[in-house]
Amino acid sequence: MTKIKSLADLRKIKEDLQEKIRLRENADQPEKLVQIKVGMATSGIASGAKEVMNFLIEELEKRNVEAVVTQTGDMGYCFAEPTIEVILPGQEPVVFGNVNVKKADEIIEKYIKNGELVDGIIPRNYETIDNK
Amino acid sequence: MKELSLHILDIVNNSITAGASLIQVTIREEEESDSYFLLVTDNGKGIPMDMLDKVVDPFVTSRSTRKVGLGLPLLKQNAERTGGFLHIESVVGEGTTVTCRFELKNFDRPAIGDISGVISMLTCSFTDIDFIYSHSTKHGNYVFNSREVKSALDGVPVTDPSIRKFLIEMIDENLTEIKINR
Repeated sequence: MTKIKSLADLRKIKEDLQEKIRLRENADQPEKLVQIKVGMATSGIASGAKEVMNFLIEELEKRNVEAVVTQTGDMGYCFAEPTIEVILPGQEPVVFGNVNVKKADEIIEKYIKNGELVDGIIPRNYETIDNK
Repeated sequence: MKELSLHILDIVNNSITAGASLIQVTIREEEESDSYFLLVTDNGKGIPMDMLDKVVDPFVTSRSTRKVGLGLPLLKQNAERTGGFLHIESVVGEGTTVTCRFELKNFDRPAIGDISGVISMLTCSFTDIDFIYSHSTKHGNYVFNSREVKSALDGVPVTDPSIRKFLIEMIDENLTEIKINR
């Protein structure tokens, strides 16, 4: 029987990582990284935000994009869930709506890598329908 | 929502909004009484008495961005559908406990889904909050404590993708060991 993983194993991989992290220059300066927030309220979760978040974390690592992916509450765009906010280093945040895995892929390839805008941006001055 | 783990993610987000610094998710599978209990306990700001009866009403929410709050009502509906219940206890200034019972062998009990993914996602996203997840079956008990994880990491950020991957595997293997109902 194979041994199940425990905290002792975690301590072991920690040692390797410490080395790796020391080599990474941006580790302590999150403002130099791509920051992504995934809207994770009831509406986001129900429409698949978790899959999108997993996809973003895994794919950004595979494609060597240094990024911080976190979750956030509701952004007030329930009609367009899942929504994600992307902040490229030194730029204004951009919110994308109706982000499925396919859209997320397009956002990584076009917007995050090349700064090219893609369809599905929710304008900043847009307020919820309630406030209209 | 089809999976219990997604409900957990949702309810835990309520606790985070309530300013909790410690959130405990407990699942107990009790075969003798055909029960599957889910408890989410936090030390957040609590829910005032007059609000407590209303939080399971879909048209009540404390937020201002919109007028509906479906998290708790959806979970309540899912629990009641299997002959169980949802119960909330709260003390203002001390915290809130959401208790849910499902019938263990009921066909309509939602599958747990990707619980290891949810717990590690929370641990890696909210690094200032401590999460304790415990799951017990007749085969044993597993406790995941994000505080222990962080102290084992000794300064290495828990947000590193390889740590996340490790946590998912660690939780998953331990849950398989105690033969949880998936």
